[in-house]
Amino acid sequence: MVFSENFRIAFRALWANKMRSLLTTLGIIIGVAAVIAVVSIVQGLQFQITSQLQGVGATFIAVNPRLDNRGGGIFVGKQVKLTWEDGQALQNQVPGIAMITPLILGGNQVKYRDRQHSTTVFGVNNDWPEVANHTVERGRFLSRIDLEQRRKVAVIGAKIIEELRLGEDPMGTEIYIGNIPVTVVGVMEERGQSLGFDNDDLVFIPVDTSLMLFGRRAADKTLLRLQAESPKVVEQVKEGITQVLRTRHKLEEDEPDDFQVILQDEFLDTVSSILGSVTAVVGAVVGVALLVGGIGIMNIMLVSVTERTREIGIRKSVGARRQDILIQFLIEAISLSLVGGGIGLALGYGIGVIVAGVLPGDWPPAHVPLWAVAVSFGFSTLVGVFFGIYPAGKAAALDPIDALRYE
Amino acid sequence: MALIQLDNVSKIYEMGGEEIRALDGLDLAVERGEYVAIMGASGSGKSTLMNVVGCLDRPSLGSYHLNETAVEGLNDDELAEIRNREIGFVFQTFNLLARTTALHNVELPLVYSGANRRERRERAMEALRRVGLEDRVSHDPSELSGGQRQRVAVARALVNRPSILLADEPTGNLDSSTSEEIMALFDELHSGGNTVILVTHEPDIAAHAAREVTLRDGKVLEDRPTREVA
Ligand SMILES: Nc1ncnc2c1ncn2[C@@H]1O[C@H](COP(=O)(O)OP(=O)(O)OP(=O)(O)O)[C@@H](O)[C@H]1O
Ligand SMILES: [Mg+2]
Repeated sequence: MVFSENFRIAFRALWANKMRSLLTTLGIIIGVAAVIAVVSIVQGLQFQITSQLQGVGATFIAVNPRLDNRGGGIFVGKQVKLTWEDGQALQNQVPGIAMITPLILGGNQVKYRDRQHSTTVFGVNNDWPEVANHTVERGRFLSRIDLEQRRKVAVIGAKIIEELRLGEDPMGTEIYIGNIPVTVVGVMEERGQSLGFDNDDLVFIPVDTSLMLFGRRAADKTLLRLQAESPKVVEQVKEGITQVLRTRHKLEEDEPDDFQVILQDEFLDTVSSILGSVTAVVGAVVGVALLVGGIGIMNIMLVSVTERTREIGIRKSVGARRQDILIQFLIEAISLSLVGGGIGLALGYGIGVIVAGVLPGDWPPAHVPLWAVAVSFGFSTLVGVFFGIYPAGKAAALDPIDALRYE
Repeated sequence: MALIQLDNVSKIYEMGGEEIRALDGLDLAVERGEYVAIMGASGSGKSTLMNVVGCLDRPSLGSYHLNETAVEGLNDDELAEIRNREIGFVFQTFNLLARTTALHNVELPLVYSGANRRERRERAMEALRRVGLEDRVSHDPSELSGGQRQRVAVARALVNRPSILLADEPTGNLDSSTSEEIMALFDELHSGGNTVILVTHEPDIAAHAAREVTLRDGKVLEDRPTREVA
């Protein structure tokens, strides 16, 4: 007996009980919709993070002070420090570093006339645009001379212009950061929002100027951002940084690093592992939904087999074999499950699109990878087979005469 | 050995510790090409006999040879194959699939014999033409009269060109003129070389057959020709 015939029979049977079929597949629909919705959002997120990180290039390296004392009190009495002096030492002693900038971050108020706005202040040096691959659109970035002379100048993001209403040409305007007056010399290229952070809502000032704002002690917690000369030397550079910093920080052999060197792909790994655990949790929830859905299918298939006992008898009386009936009902269960999977897929994608649209800012567009579609249908089929086999077996085992006599 | 050869066949049902012998040591032989009417009081075992002969049911005791094959030794799938290819069965209650067109009902045996779509269609159309229903092919059973339903059932029974046609009270639910139409079909099938066995309560219907077998209490009471053999 041909397969397509079974699908025709299955769809006729399901169509004859549209409402019942739909309700039965609800578990599957919800399960698959949940997977697809979460996967589409998570994947969109991952896609954006990845492309953003790739924006700064594979040669990007971050060095941060390690703030946790996971070594079990090893740092007791010892100050974890990372300074721009460390950074300069790296530049001089580690081969393969193309450029390096300190980064001192802090939230602060910016003011212009009666307007004020709270933003993020970046204390950096003149290499920032190249290190972070973020360029100036108008005016200029901070120069070497700005840095050497600790000039009170700033390069601002587009959002600051808007918030403070600095007008068409903000260049030369004096604004206040905290109580320090600075002159705007440039505007950064617009980058939009990502992950809830507005990349245009920021101000760059010379690193030493930022210390006036944040206090000298902030210098001990300097973040370092650098670019290696080529992707090939990245690992070497990491080694070099580790050695130089350990020496400079006078760490004993058995002491762990008091800093972290983070490479591009490690960033990605971290992001992926976080998103991976989100997906795993959702997977577990979905497993339960599919189980419930499967039991629903089994239940309705048992009802269907009972209702159609006579039909089974008729089919057997004209020559249907055991396996013909088994396959017929199995395919019906699978079809039921697949229809649920299909509706769930559409629904999940719809939810993903809506959620991505409703979330503030440039939340990445929903993205459903092909594997998620395959997994949904694969699981639906499995559920159909697993929970359909018992009712189908029951139908196949019916005695033809008993089935024909069934009232 | 005859085409259909039953020797000492019993069918025993257990009902609450009590034994019911629907067939009780019955012997019957039917040759190829015969036209047999089975008669007998209600409960005498006619349907049980037909179900055994039609390979829908197995005897509890005794032996049944169909075309020299011992049916007891066959498994369920082999019986299904016989039902599909060798036997056309017509029931008193039609036993058509509901919400399924006449054409598709008639196609059903061909679905299980593995004919392709085109072949199925052609042969089902031909069978429906033979029973005079070519203008009702896309009607569901609920849209057909009783006589028309039984004609669909006959078309289904003959669509796979079986050699044996079994009918259990095929006219039991039909009025007399419709009954005659159905019987004309069986007469025609018999003269075309088929072996026809039918169960009936009505002597008029039995008169179509050449041989009349009467049952009582699961045994053959009487077995005689219905008319003078020329
Ligand atoms: N599944 C069953 N379980 C128990 N007893 C059964 C079963 N099927 C048939 N019988 C019994 O076997 C006997 C013969 O039944 P059968 O249906 O063969 O009679 P019949 O001659 O066809 O009668 P009718 O003319 O009313 O159709 C009856 O007494 C019936 O009660
Ligand atoms: Mg009967």
